[in-house]
Amino acid sequence: MDRAGGNGGWDQAPKVELRDVGLRYLTEAGETEALRKVSLTVRSGEFVSIVGQSGCGKSTLLSLIAGILQPTSGDVLVDGEKVKGPSRKIAYMLQSDFLFEWRTIVENVMIGPEIQRLDRARSRRRAEELLRRYGLGDFMNHYPHQLSGGMRQRAALARTLVTEPDVLLLDEPFSALDFQTRLALADEVGVILRREGKTVILVTHDISEAITMTDRVVVMSRRPGRIRDEHAIAFPSFGAERPSPFKVRNAPEFAGYFDKIWNELDIHVGS
Amino acid sequence: MSAVEESRAAAAPATSGAEEGPSPLFAAYIRRLRFERWMVRVTQLLAIVAFFALWEIAPRAHWVNPLLTSYPSAIWPVLVDMAQKGDLFHHVWVTFEESVVGFTLGLSGGILIAIGLWWSRFAYRASDPFLVVANAMPKAALAPIFYIWLGEKESIYGIAVAIGLFITIIMIYNGFNEVDPNKVKLARTFGASRLQILQKVILPGSVPTMIAALKINVGLSLVGVIVGEFQSSKAGLGYLIVYGSQIFQMNLAMMAITILAVISTVMYIAIFYFERAVLKHRQ
Repeated sequence: MDRAGGNGGWDQAPKVELRDVGLRYLTEAGETEALRKVSLTVRSGEFVSIVGQSGCGKSTLLSLIAGILQPTSGDVLVDGEKVKGPSRKIAYMLQSDFLFEWRTIVENVMIGPEIQRLDRARSRRRAEELLRRYGLGDFMNHYPHQLSGGMRQRAALARTLVTEPDVLLLDEPFSALDFQTRLALADEVGVILRREGKTVILVTHDISEAITMTDRVVVMSRRPGRIRDEHAIAFPSFGAERPSPFKVRNAPEFAGYFDKIWNELDIHVGS
Repeated sequence: MSAVEESRAAAAPATSGAEEGPSPLFAAYIRRLRFERWMVRVTQLLAIVAFFALWEIAPRAHWVNPLLTSYPSAIWPVLVDMAQKGDLFHHVWVTFEESVVGFTLGLSGGILIAIGLWWSRFAYRASDPFLVVANAMPKAALAPIFYIWLGEKESIYGIAVAIGLFITIIMIYNGFNEVDPNKVKLARTFGASRLQILQKVILPGSVPTMIAALKINVGLSLVGVIVGEFQSSKAGLGYLIVYGSQIFQMNLAMMAITILAVISTVMYIAIFYFERAVLKHRQ
């Protein structure tokens, strides 16, 4: 929290570290090598994105860091300790909000604290405060179907942040939204997360989302997923301050990053 | 019923008129909808009236043999007589109580076993074929055996439970598996244990399935109870039906059947409102 916002302010200790991580999914039909020798270091407070085509193992990578999957080779470390299961330090935001239709919005936000048996009254106050901050103050006692897609995703963000995690894993958190809502919300979330000083790993197949939101873009190859390249994203034309995602789209550096990453992704349309 | 609908009809245009004033097109549309709904109700009411009228007239005019079918005005005195003696309430209560016990045990037992199968995939895979066969078995075939094993009263519960149990297990287990796996994943990202996943995701997520299973169980349990009473009992509507037909007292048998129809209707309405209250907020 006391870290200066923007680039270069984080301390140097690795928050999340992957060492030669490999993962094979085993099914009766055969085995699939999802990840091969993936090594990645994310420093505390850093905002990193991982881009790759669908099926390259991006989401698998997040599940490994979240501790809901175990690697078949290599190690996943958070704060220097091996990840053995889900940890309170880490929160994971999935592709869609997956709000429980039988709970009100504030009850949905409380699911994490309930599972982790956190102090109820304190968590409840924090849940309400987050919802108010995200413009959902009047909707706390509504049910999910009464909210729009963007509002539901903001509720999901509150649910992710209410347990006060250090590390946030975002798995294409805006992909279920329409284009306008997606841009606006990505902007908003980017600002919120930077302000709160979280370490963030964002998985996306949207190159411009990766460039506009994050400090570093990691490009993954196709299955078996490996890290192909990394790009530090900086916008010298805006000075030291990182511009908002909306401004980044018009920055002179944007097109250069986009082309480079596009070429590395090796996207072939047609045959 | 009609009074309620009338007042609703009067209230609706008044409130929407206060806001914006509905277009004539919309007003006509609503009128048409309301008229259609009203026509459906009238048709249903007419069908009931026609049924009873035919039942009354056909035997009396000797189109059919009144000894075989009885008729409403002959049933009524029997009903009044039994009600005055207090027997009627006793018989209705016995059948009602047996079927409530039956579906409560069948449903709760089915849910518990389904939880066990959800917990252990191995147990599910091992028991799956037996469940399917047990479900396909005609449970009424067990009535005489249950009578010997369990005695007069308990055999009735036995059949009522057996008849609904296996389909309940299968339905609820499938319901558990239909809960969005991403919701389970979400709970796991917070570090939920298997028990917490069950409590916070699987069980609340399966409430619609449980209500569907409840509906089926209420109906099946009544079937089981009547079959059980045919076999063994000294009281209840099933007993009255068997007794009435054995002594060729069709008035008695038909009365019991009519009351069964009323009980089924009452249970259906109760479940309808229960379902609506419970699932109010779900999409």
